[in-house]
Amino acid sequence: MSEPTDFDDIPGTTVFTTQRSRQGFHLNQFCMSLMKPENRERFRQDEQLYLDEWPLSDAQKQAVLDRDYNAAIAEGGNIYFLAKIFATDGKSFVDAAANMTGMTPEEYRAMMIAGGRSPEGNRSIKEGR
Amino acid sequence: MARITGGVTTSHVPAMGAAIDRGETKSDYWAPVFAGYEWSKKWIAENLPDVVILVYNDHASNFSLEVLPTFAIGCAEYFEVADEGFGPRPVPLVYGHADLACHIAEKTILDEFDITICNKLDVDHGLTVPLSLLFGQPEAWPVRVIPVAVNVVEYPQPTANRCYELGKSIRRAVLSYNEDLNVQVWGTGGMSHQLQGARAGFINSAFDHDFLDRIVADPESLKQIGHLEYLREAGSEGIELIMWFIMRGALGENVHQLHRFYHVPASNTAVGHLVLDALN
Repeated sequence: MSEPTDFDDIPGTTVFTTQRSRQGFHLNQFCMSLMKPENRERFRQDEQLYLDEWPLSDAQKQAVLDRDYNAAIAEGGNIYFLAKIFATDGKSFVDAAANMTGMTPEEYRAMMIAGGRSPEGNRSIKEGR
Repeated sequence: MARITGGVTTSHVPAMGAAIDRGETKSDYWAPVFAGYEWSKKWIAENLPDVVILVYNDHASNFSLEVLPTFAIGCAEYFEVADEGFGPRPVPLVYGHADLACHIAEKTILDEFDITICNKLDVDHGLTVPLSLLFGQPEAWPVRVIPVAVNVVEYPQPTANRCYELGKSIRRAVLSYNEDLNVQVWGTGGMSHQLQGARAGFINSAFDHDFLDRIVADPESLKQIGHLEYLREAGSEGIELIMWFIMRGALGENVHQLHRFYHVPASNTAVGHLVLDALN
């Protein structure tokens, strides 16, 4: 892996770099396969069997099975690709965002209607701003 | 000769498209969002261009990680609407303007912008939601559309300055096209938002308002903002705002702001929308 960069100083954020794109190549390509209705149907019928057709790590497969999107991102997933999984589940970006922030969808929606997550304290870990 | 007469910027939130498709635009949640587009719908009906050059980003719909162009232009006669995991949006086929698109590709590449040529390109919500916001639900889109796709998915995205300069190159290309066409350029995406990780839901209204001020009046000062500052200040997906610079570069130095709208939230995102008159 490359040296830590300023990107690692941004709280709660994983920047999808070229290295992460390499790490997550097969995971993200699996996600894109769900753009075809016949693949969505096969995935719904037996998720493990469908996942086993892809050269994914066990951690990547488990993150998908658990719908643990933070874990999937840590394994190289990108949110626009992972969106194909939650679209297959009939879930929205709000549902997925709530999942990643540990909030209920209702709590998350309320935070957004109140103006969203404040930038204060969310810009830099080391500078505490 | 072809002319660039105006520009539009708007967020392209997928949930806004879903609200239109499901007839939910009058709900308590959505009514204040769509109210911001009423003026624009009347304006464009009275100022209908022949062609819209629509700058957007593909969201892992046409471009997989196999091939990821930094800039791409759609040169086809038409563009299919992508299935993003829940079936294609129920919107009309998007017809292109192949001859003008090929001309722009030639001119910009010879102008040293190495844009990727797409003779097949499926378009996703990044392109269709702005069309729905301005035109509603017609049987057929009333304009030809030339898609210009920008990589904002994988770092490093192009710099804002590079986008601004590409916009200027597109302007030169359009103005040298030997047919009397009324052309608008739209820049889409943004404003501040983050869709991933524990910081999801990030919104920075102060950043957004300053951006809206300066993209109109002083893009030269704004174009210096780099990747790290976008990530910190506008959220990890807020970097979509670089696409507004292509529109701004294409409109020429002086513009007149006809309409401005800002609202939080649409789903996870701060919605920003401008309509600009090109004065040159």
